[in-house]
Amino acid sequence: MTTPALTVQDVGKAYVKYRSEFQRVARWFGASIRPREEHWIIRGINFKVNAGESLGIIGQNGAGKSTLLKIITGTTRPTEGAVALAGHVSALLELGLGFNQELTGRENAVYSAGLRGFSREEIDKFVPQIEEFAEIGEYFDQPMRTYSSGMQMRVAFSVATVVRPEILIVDEALSVGDSYFVHKCFKRIREFREAGTTLLIVSHDASAIQTLCDRALLLDGGRIVLDGDPQEVLDYYNALIAEKENSKIRTARTTQGAVATESGTGEASIEALALLDDEGRSVEYVGVGQPITLRAKIRAHDPIKRLVFGYLIRDRLGQKIFGTNTHYTDHVFHGLSAGEDVEVLAHFPANLGPGSYSISVALTDAETHLIKNYQWRDLALVFTVTNVAHPTFVGSAWIPPRMEILRPGSNVSDRGID
Amino acid sequence: MSQLLSAAWRYRGFVGSSVANEFKTRLQRSRLGTAWVVLQPLAQVFIYATVLANVLAAKLQGVNNKYAYAAYLIAGTACWSLFAEIVQRCMTVFIDFASLLKKIQFPRITLPMIVIGTASVNNLALIVVALAILPFLGFIPTLNVLWLPLLMLLTIAFATGLGLFLGTLNVFMRDIGQIIPIVLQFWFWFTPIVYPVTIIPEHLKQFLVLNPVIPLVEGYQNVLVYGKAPPSGLIEVAVVSVVLLAASMLVFRRASSEMVDVL
Repeated sequence: MTTPALTVQDVGKAYVKYRSEFQRVARWFGASIRPREEHWIIRGINFKVNAGESLGIIGQNGAGKSTLLKIITGTTRPTEGAVALAGHVSALLELGLGFNQELTGRENAVYSAGLRGFSREEIDKFVPQIEEFAEIGEYFDQPMRTYSSGMQMRVAFSVATVVRPEILIVDEALSVGDSYFVHKCFKRIREFREAGTTLLIVSHDASAIQTLCDRALLLDGGRIVLDGDPQEVLDYYNALIAEKENSKIRTARTTQGAVATESGTGEASIEALALLDDEGRSVEYVGVGQPITLRAKIRAHDPIKRLVFGYLIRDRLGQKIFGTNTHYTDHVFHGLSAGEDVEVLAHFPANLGPGSYSISVALTDAETHLIKNYQWRDLALVFTVTNVAHPTFVGSAWIPPRMEILRPGSNVSDRGID
Repeated sequence: MSQLLSAAWRYRGFVGSSVANEFKTRLQRSRLGTAWVVLQPLAQVFIYATVLANVLAAKLQGVNNKYAYAAYLIAGTACWSLFAEIVQRCMTVFIDFASLLKKIQFPRITLPMIVIGTASVNNLALIVVALAILPFLGFIPTLNVLWLPLLMLLTIAFATGLGLFLGTLNVFMRDIGQIIPIVLQFWFWFTPIVYPVTIIPEHLKQFLVLNPVIPLVEGYQNVLVYGKAPPSGLIEVAVVSVVLLAASMLVFRRASSEMVDVL
């Protein structure tokens, strides 16, 4: 039997309000005063993580993730229950916290390591290792205000991981920085994990959780809703999100604010838009190359001679990745009567790089929306592409190569197979 | 309590480097850098000396020197600036470092320690400059100068006791941070720093005993200007400081688990 590296037992955290702060102070000196209001952020949290196991914690904003992390790292105490840790904890929460912009990378590294409780001698030993891992060259001795955010992140990560902790807590922090260094970070995290470090990852990044975790917890409303296989938990989480998103769309329609992204004359409108997997389930996370379907349910409010549906996939920066319409593909609706409902299904493989994408949709009567624009919606749908099944690649397009390597010097040639 | 002390000792390197960083930062930003630490109080001395010299200089008893008032001001300011700096910075230190406290687990007692370290270095610089200037004004230091370290220590102890107590409460009751600067202003003028204690009307003198800063300021003045030993009231100040420190530690320890919740 392995001993747990982390035991969270019946942990609950309540933020209490007193009638006045004097009552709070009086309580420190032994007065028994009942708080006026208790607001439980999390309650009844129970789980164990074994040494070397890695656990992902998923949840929407306000689900209690950060409170749970604060309790585990020890910055705040639980109101009830207890947390037991076996060994040294390092937390990668908000990298670069406490850095002084006027000081050099080296000075900040010393400060930051001191904050983590290392002694002078240890720090003297670690700083060269930090410098080496950060790979920022001469900048290490320049004031931090001259750094890019990626460089600050490099120093911060290097400080936080200079010693292998028994437990490593990683927050969203890793989403910043250049892909080379992010890769290097993940490599180090993997090495730690192989050496027996317990990982705790809190992220919205599904691919990070899928690739690094053996197990995931889903927090919702301050309680553990699901504890199990990462894929299973992520699916459940997506369903939870989809539910919320739909209700949001409904409210957006009634407000004037939606005009900015929605325009059109309104003879026809998209009643429902969904991204479906090959089994017809609504998805928000899509694997690279996965076959998906964009389904638009359209209603004609007036008689329409010609109806064209168009869609455009954009990356997170708003750059056009792919767009087309039913005029180009020759799938135009002719002579729709008022009140008629139609559907357009666009089936395509998600040959996209990992990242977040949005879809804009339009209903027009020709190939451009300039002649007659029935409806135009930007950011009509947002989805995330993650790479789990394919070799690592960068960029926004998935162009699978057939590799071949040749060694003319040797007799045997090593050819790739189709 | 021993836990608190051992944590503080473990983080001594961190406190030291943080104090050093404060000065490095200041050096980076301004050309005169650390010199401002000394120039600011000296400028204050200069202002009071020019404006009030004719009104108050004659009232200084037992010293026949035209620079006597300036020397008197320097001595009082040296004490008060140490006291006021520690109280004011302790007042806001937990709020200033809120983001750090929320995210990283480290002994919170190090924060007031950094404040004390920085203020002490500032004050030492001022004392060194004062000791260099005073002989030119005709005040040759006597052996009584050796009292200075003890006086500084007592000032630090009293200021820390008060500052840590109020600073901890300020996290929960932010009004304290607004009131105290005003209180400090009054306190400054209720302490004989700018004026000699002799001009206080007889019927008010009985209240002076309530102000623990007076024996400290008088101590600095005795040592630096009059070449005498500090007043006996220091023993009472020491007792008050110890009581305040104990109270503030108690409050701090009780409060520190709840601090992050309200930051």
